[in-house]
Amino acid sequence: MNYQYFPGCTLYTKGKSLDEAGKRAGEKLGFTLEEMPYWTCCGATFPLAEDYDMALASPTRVLARGRKAGEKLVTLCAVCHNVLKRTNHVMKTNPERRAKVTDFIEEPYGGDLDVIHYLEVLRDEVGFENLAAKVEKPLAGLKVAPFYGCLLLRPKAEMAMDDPDNPSIFEDLLRALGAEPVDYPMKAECCGAFQVVHSDAMATRCSREIIDSARARGAEMLVTACPLCQFNIEERQGEMAKGEQGFKGLPVLYFTQLLALALGEPAEAMDVSRNHTDPRPALQARGL
Amino acid sequence: MRVKLDGDKVRNDRIKKVEEISCQSVYRCYQCGKCSAACPATPEMDMLPNQVIRYLQLGMDEKVFAANTPWICASCLQCMSVCPKGVDLARIMEAIRMLQLRKGKNEIEIRKFPKEYLEKAPQIAFISGYRKFLSLS
Ligand code: SF4
Ligand code: SF4
Repeated sequence: MNYQYFPGCTLYTKGKSLDEAGKRAGEKLGFTLEEMPYWTCCGATFPLAEDYDMALASPTRVLARGRKAGEKLVTLCAVCHNVLKRTNHVMKTNPERRAKVTDFIEEPYGGDLDVIHYLEVLRDEVGFENLAAKVEKPLAGLKVAPFYGCLLLRPKAEMAMDDPDNPSIFEDLLRALGAEPVDYPMKAECCGAFQVVHSDAMATRCSREIIDSARARGAEMLVTACPLCQFNIEERQGEMAKGEQGFKGLPVLYFTQLLALALGEPAEAMDVSRNHTDPRPALQARGL
Repeated sequence: MRVKLDGDKVRNDRIKKVEEISCQSVYRCYQCGKCSAACPATPEMDMLPNQVIRYLQLGMDEKVFAANTPWICASCLQCMSVCPKGVDLARIMEAIRMLQLRKGKNEIEIRKFPKEYLEKAPQIAFISGYRKFLSLS
């Protein structure tokens, strides 16, 4: 099975491990992520101003090109996923804006590309039961806090992926891999997002609250689908440690990294060089 | 707090513009405060999210345009998810920023980012940050 795939600007550079581990895991599960023929940046943020049609041009062009090549488009980065799916919703439901944007990009597009997230491929196409059967190295009760963040599931009506107030897709995945998902109150909170370039104090505090909340429930690590969450919650730990003696961080991995590991990929293949807090001791302690 | 209302200012042009860009009516809000309770960014804000909308209802847009709140908002959509009246406050925050960005206001200085930081931070942080904080012209 081949899936048309939109990597986005971050996945070949700063978010490499999300992409690479996702591709390796896919091969193990019998599907290939095939980069779409021509793509540009999605804009990295969905324009909330109703009159800012220009910002819809690049994601719409991606969607139009994707539709020419197929019916489905798989994404991995939570931010790209949010932008493409919401733009698709505008194209589907708002004829006036659709006409303006498609006139501008000089490509017709009717909102009929199915934008799906890699997690949905696992849940709806592979199936968590089938996935569990393919696990070679179960994660031995590793206590993992799934971190959804703000954009993967919201707004509920447009993303239509899981219930943002009581989601389960990450938990079900972790269970299928043999890990123990940790339930904690901050799992769908904001890590500070792009505020890290404006108010890093806010990003540090928000990330700190997430770490403390997960830790209090016994988490050994956090997983996410977003390179921005990964960066904020990981990198800000340097800042947190400054203000506090004996600060203990929490490693933040991409869900694809644990997925690849459980499917038998060697732990060394997991690029953890970017991690502020090394996940290896926690993995080794459980014989992984 | 004593607030003096100015009849001429209520529903003034700038407030109408905010409503137009955000596609939201500020009068829908009945000040339950749920948005502010849900907002993760309030510790850094100088005005609560529900106050932003209250001042707009009262025609006191200068206060809102002078506040840091719209600039601290992370567009995380917690407020719109909990609002019982279906107000998308994140869009109102965006409209307030837009009106200032479109006049040439810059909120961040790209040249100030240290090189090591640029090497580490993911592209999406900068690209969305530029869209939210740099003037469009
Ligand atoms: S939650 Fe909605 S109705 Fe309540 S104060 Fe906020 S915007 Fe107004
Ligand atoms: S979108 Fe902005 S105002 Fe609303 S909850 Fe998030 S940070 Fe607060």
